[in-house]
Amino acid sequence: MITRFLWQGMGRNLRLGVLFVLAIGIILPLLNQLMPASSALYVPAWVLQLIGKYLSFASLALAVDLVWGFCGILTLGHAAFFALGGYCMGMYLMRQIGSRGQYGNPLLPDFMVFLNYKELPWFWHGFDQFWFAAIMIVAVPSLLALALGWFAFRSRVTGVYLSIITQAMTFALMLAFFRNDMGLGGNNGMTDFKDILGFSVQADSTRAALCFASALVLAIFLVIAGAVVGSRFGKALTAVRDAESRMRFLGYRVEGYKLFVFVLSAAMAGVAGALYVPQVGIINPSEFSPGNSIEAVLWVAVGGRGTLIGPVIGAVAVNFGKTWLTGALPEVWLFALGALFIAVTLFLPRGIVGLWAQIRNRDTARKAKVPA
Amino acid sequence: MSMTEQRSTSALLYLSGVTVSFDGFKALNNLSLLVEPGEMRAIIGPNGAGKTTMMDVVTGKTRPDEGEVVFDGKADLTKLDEADIATLGIGRKFQKPTVFENHTVRDNLLLALAGLRSWYKLLLAAPTKAENARLDDILSIIRMEPQQHMLAARLSHGQKQWLEIGMLLAQDPKLLLVDEPVAGMTDVETETTAQVLREINKTHSVVVVEHDMSFVRALGVKVTVLHEGSMLAEGTLDQVSADPRVVEVYLGR
Repeated sequence: MITRFLWQGMGRNLRLGVLFVLAIGIILPLLNQLMPASSALYVPAWVLQLIGKYLSFASLALAVDLVWGFCGILTLGHAAFFALGGYCMGMYLMRQIGSRGQYGNPLLPDFMVFLNYKELPWFWHGFDQFWFAAIMIVAVPSLLALALGWFAFRSRVTGVYLSIITQAMTFALMLAFFRNDMGLGGNNGMTDFKDILGFSVQADSTRAALCFASALVLAIFLVIAGAVVGSRFGKALTAVRDAESRMRFLGYRVEGYKLFVFVLSAAMAGVAGALYVPQVGIINPSEFSPGNSIEAVLWVAVGGRGTLIGPVIGAVAVNFGKTWLTGALPEVWLFALGALFIAVTLFLPRGIVGLWAQIRNRDTARKAKVPA
Repeated sequence: MSMTEQRSTSALLYLSGVTVSFDGFKALNNLSLLVEPGEMRAIIGPNGAGKTTMMDVVTGKTRPDEGEVVFDGKADLTKLDEADIATLGIGRKFQKPTVFENHTVRDNLLLALAGLRSWYKLLLAAPTKAENARLDDILSIIRMEPQQHMLAARLSHGQKQWLEIGMLLAQDPKLLLVDEPVAGMTDVETETTAQVLREINKTHSVVVVEHDMSFVRALGVKVTVLHEGSMLAEGTLDQVSADPRVVEVYLGR
């Protein structure tokens, strides 16, 4: 039953997309590990780190698209779920440092020693175990989404009001995480990670493994999202997006539909954040900043809202542009981002994927006119 | 006392003393109305008479401030939401055809089909043979088999109206509320729509809200005239047309 569920959404494009993501995630790390550094085919570790980061952003974009593209909930706070997953991973990584920190305290992370903590805060217990951290990475964002969604959807908060609430949520979390007495590193966040699952986070082989893990997770998310969207649930979901009150008058309790995708999407964002943190080596409250959530929405818009491959393409393309432009012309980046937003809204309402479909349709239409 | 008496009524839809006010304006003012099983009723009245508000109250979109709304002799509609009320068997057709534009004709009907509504069951459900057979039936009734895999967005206005009627057939409600079905239609289309509604009325109870007098005449059913949120008159179209109060507020001179 589960395999049938997972296969029902597998269209040709999605299958190609999943295979492509997996191929990237397998071939590039292998080239890094097997090729000598002098070879032309050698992929340096910093490239793997960058690709792994892009892939975790792509997972976040897919999560945003699931609620925005398929259910019409314009979330402007998804970076909060991403950051919460990242913080859970950060807590695990902090506890792996052990007595190797600057202050050499075997139990307390450096920032706690610095802030005169006498003992570990209660919510830090368990994070020395990976399995516990893994559960929290999914559970914390999911529960926050469940609570927020439960109240918002039941009270029929929709449209711009819901967007504002999600934006306020991430802003409030950012302010809270900036506080030192939250016990989560305050302003500086968490960094100086040493090990993940016993492997050094700096090692090339770990970078290769993390890049592969990011690709694998993205591929799994694509399959899950495809299955959800391709099911009868998915048909109802897009119907809720297009004509919510009509669905109510047909007897659908739309809150359940919205809540399910919202929680699923928050969990996906949390896992994406957990993969992001060991690859960039730091997590701090700026990950909650409202701009991050808006940027994630932009990735989806650029790639193609309401398609599964679109957000992946959008996230990778925009972030590639960002990496290149912030290196070449750092002061131009924000203007470029704004211009991109305007351009996509005006000229590419259906994103890159929509443009591609349009070109192909025109081609087939032209071919059809030519008598054979 | 009186409440239990009234609830044992045979009426399919029972409204008693229903009042709805928006910021002090009484959209419905002590409205009472009975619709019998199998009946078709036309509701007319000038703009702002409370026709749409009445539909909103019956379908659970608006909660009345006072009054009783009972369906099928037992269900208190003032306590239920839209989804519950739809599941009980009240369907609603909007003035503008509202179909799901990004779904195919067949999927539109599938979504409307009576039965599965809960999100967790739909995650794993595939259409059953019985459901597919029912969809084929409806497609042939509304004569849209050739378009069944076409996106609803690409249908003409008339085809969308037909699809929506098909969706109502799929939903199979006991009571059908129809809001101004002939707005913007030609005379021929109006006559066809009257035929369709009479056909549907053979198996379903129907309440039609309408402005168009020639259409109401074509339906040939009992008419309720609303005015300022209350019932002004009830009877055949000829009876109410002869009522001097109706003439004054609605038919005008």
